Amino acid sequence: MSTLVGTGKLVRLILRRDRVLLPLWILTFGLLMVTVVASFSELFPTAADRQQYADASAADAGFVTLYGQLHGSSLGELSVWRGGFYPVLIGLIALLTVVRHTRTEEETGRRELLGATVVGRHAGLAAALAATLVANLVLAAVVAAAMAGQGLPVAGSLAFGLELAAAGWVFAAVGAVAAQLTSGAGGARGIAVAVLGGAWLLRVVGDVSGLSGGGLSWVSWLSPIGWVHRIDPYGGERWWVLGLVAALTAVLAGAAVALEARRDVGAGLLPQRPGPATAAAGLRSPLALAWRLHRGLLAAWTAGFAVVGVVLGGAGSSVADMVAGNQSLEEVFTRMGGRTGIVDAYLASVMAILALMAAGYAIQATLRLRAEETNGRAEPVLAGAVGRLRWAASHLVFSVLGSAAALVAAGLTTGLTYGLSAGDPGHQVSRVLGAAVVQLPAVWVLAAVAVALVGLLPRYAAVAWGVLAACVLVALIGASLQLDQWVMDLSPFSHVPRLPGGSASATPLLALAAVAAGLGAAGLAGLRRRNIPAL
Amino acid sequence: MTETIRTEALVKTFGRTRALDGLDLVVRAGEVHGFLGPNGAGKTTAIRVLLGLLHADSGTATLLGGDPWRDATELHRRLAYVPGDVTLWPSLSGGEVIDLLGRLRGGLDAGRRAELLDRFDLDPRKKGRAYSKGNRQKVALVAALASDVELLLLDEPTSGLDPLMEDVFRQVIREERRRGRTVLLSSHILAEVEALCDRVTIIRDGRAVESGTLAELRHLTRVSIQAELAGPATGLAELPGVHGLDARDHSVRFDVDTEALDAALRQLAGAGVRGLVSQPPTLEELFLRHYDRTGGDRARDAEVTR
Repeated sequence: MSTLVGTGKLVRLILRRDRVLLPLWILTFGLLMVTVVASFSELFPTAADRQQYADASAADAGFVTLYGQLHGSSLGELSVWRGGFYPVLIGLIALLTVVRHTRTEEETGRRELLGATVVGRHAGLAAALAATLVANLVLAAVVAAAMAGQGLPVAGSLAFGLELAAAGWVFAAVGAVAAQLTSGAGGARGIAVAVLGGAWLLRVVGDVSGLSGGGLSWVSWLSPIGWVHRIDPYGGERWWVLGLVAALTAVLAGAAVALEARRDVGAGLLPQRPGPATAAAGLRSPLALAWRLHRGLLAAWTAGFAVVGVVLGGAGSSVADMVAGNQSLEEVFTRMGGRTGIVDAYLASVMAILALMAAGYAIQATLRLRAEETNGRAEPVLAGAVGRLRWAASHLVFSVLGSAAALVAAGLTTGLTYGLSAGDPGHQVSRVLGAAVVQLPAVWVLAAVAVALVGLLPRYAAVAWGVLAACVLVALIGASLQLDQWVMDLSPFSHVPRLPGGSASATPLLALAAVAAGLGAAGLAGLRRRNIPAL
Repeated sequence: MTETIRTEALVKTFGRTRALDGLDLVVRAGEVHGFLGPNGAGKTTAIRVLLGLLHADSGTATLLGGDPWRDATELHRRLAYVPGDVTLWPSLSGGEVIDLLGRLRGGLDAGRRAELLDRFDLDPRKKGRAYSKGNRQKVALVAALASDVELLLLDEPTSGLDPLMEDVFRQVIREERRRGRTVLLSSHILAEVEALCDRVTIIRDGRAVESGTLAELRHLTRVSIQAELAGPATGLAELPGVHGLDARDHSVRFDVDTEALDAALRQLAGAGVRGLVSQPPTLEELFLRHYDRTGGDRARDAEVTR
């Protein structure tokens, strides 16, 4: 076991470094569940109220895409269902945590500093995994206590806590494997997030297909996210699913250790190839440099969005089948606008989700600017005959046009796949593409928030992620919490017209575009005046 | 124009830290100017102000006849810069970075580039991630030296180079001077500055404490004398400017201020000189005179890394 010497000390180092972040996200999820339970019991005080809401919601494909299937109408089941996207978020946090404490440490050379001390070969990986796994158990305890404290059954509360932890476990291990594959942390994060996205998509395909009793509902079982939903808290808990999760986690962790044993510190398994000895003739401007730095990320996001569009567009036909084949819910469906109305509502939800994800890309691309600065790579560029605005613009092109490219790709594929199944691709493509494009001003507002932070408060540039997280929460639970309208209005995404199907007016879009332009201009003005690097 | 760089009373603060505290610096056209000071003295801050990356709080700076903040982009066509801590883009090869940086400042001499790659023994095909610290430094050096510019701003450019490469670096800088380029060479390596520089500015706590040619600066310091004598030396102890006198029967050892050197030697000659070793002041002693006295200040300096 000499390869694990020092693991305990490294765990303490991780806890020291994450002493704010770790309790913060754990408590956030605990608090969120408290508010979700409280608001459901306030909004739907009687069993009949809840039954009515559940009947309508269970058939809403947009809801199923976001939250998963709803099996019952008890307070516990409704609350857990509303927290149905949390496993994805927790999986994301878990994999980012593991990559940050393994591959990022190696890439920055800090691992080397530790590796020369009495620390075993696998201690770093073991410590990152141990800290993340235990943190997820703490999360399970906090969430279980929060739910049980609201008077919900203890078994179900524990099951839901463990459902969230289970997602964290699997994707912590996925992060551990990904961290062995590439020599850069960015690449490792990309691989792990792609796996998470794939797992979510499989869950969505299976669940939406299951709505109409479709033949693809088994697909959910291919996805760890699907698994943890099947634990079914408060609805006859399937505890054995946790065994499945533990086994997969163990297999993945074992694979990560085996991979780590086969490689050198600092190296990935995917080999580094030598590059050209001279630059291509085109590599002569900040924009050409930015293209080299962004193209991989842009291609990955655009391709990912196109795939998500194919899958969710394809699921749209299941939604239509569901309406056609279900007599008992006819009244509910009619109230929701009939066949067209329901499919449109579903597609609008899909576009709203994609817009939030596209904002993630826009922020990521914008913060490259700040990363270039803090890594010292902006300095040699700015010491050339390159103005600051030109340098900034070279990166911001990608936040603005890159997010547009990704959304357009998703709009095209969603419209095309749904249109093919519905028999009028031309009409559907233009409708869905329009629904994708109207999201852009809101996406750009988030990018502009990041620009403003980079320009005016560079030390707090990462707060842009917090702003996105707040927008996601408003979108996920704002309506069910009955937040005041002005709180909802703080999120730019609340102002986007619900298309297709809804009525679109240009005013909110122009207002959003103006806000984006104003924030962006303020940020650039700040960037022109301030010190570089601002540390 | 005979002055390539002039700063007067330059002040730059970061929060409560005063990184530059009234810096005066003059670099004449065509000279290699040593910018000497320990870590945290303000060298990098001064260079970043000259590059227009940092905005000085007060004082004036002129670079190549322009304002480094206002005219940054235009001025940067005429200078090349090597940062003290070179980081490269992980996905770009060294050769690509050299070409890119050269093109960003307006052109690269392909022949010179090939020659420098050869002399610095640098493989341009490696990706940024794969280079060692010294090799990253070489990438930035080749990019700067192969550019056709008037002024080179080099911030501790040899910090990662091995002695062989340091020798190549010195040769190359001498060639640059012969071509008439101006070089501002920030360093804490005294031997390097002594070997290369025409004039030196010593900076401490963000302020220039000495500036001049090496000869001028030496003039301000003491020569150390060690002599074997025929008889006992007399009168040395009474001479002003003699320090640390250690007299035995027939040998003496002392340090003497430059202006008292003549008188001291007369005294020695009176006693009959059998052997004499005289050591001119090294830059090191000069340096120590400014830094060694105040241990407290140095400890504070070490915390101010900008």
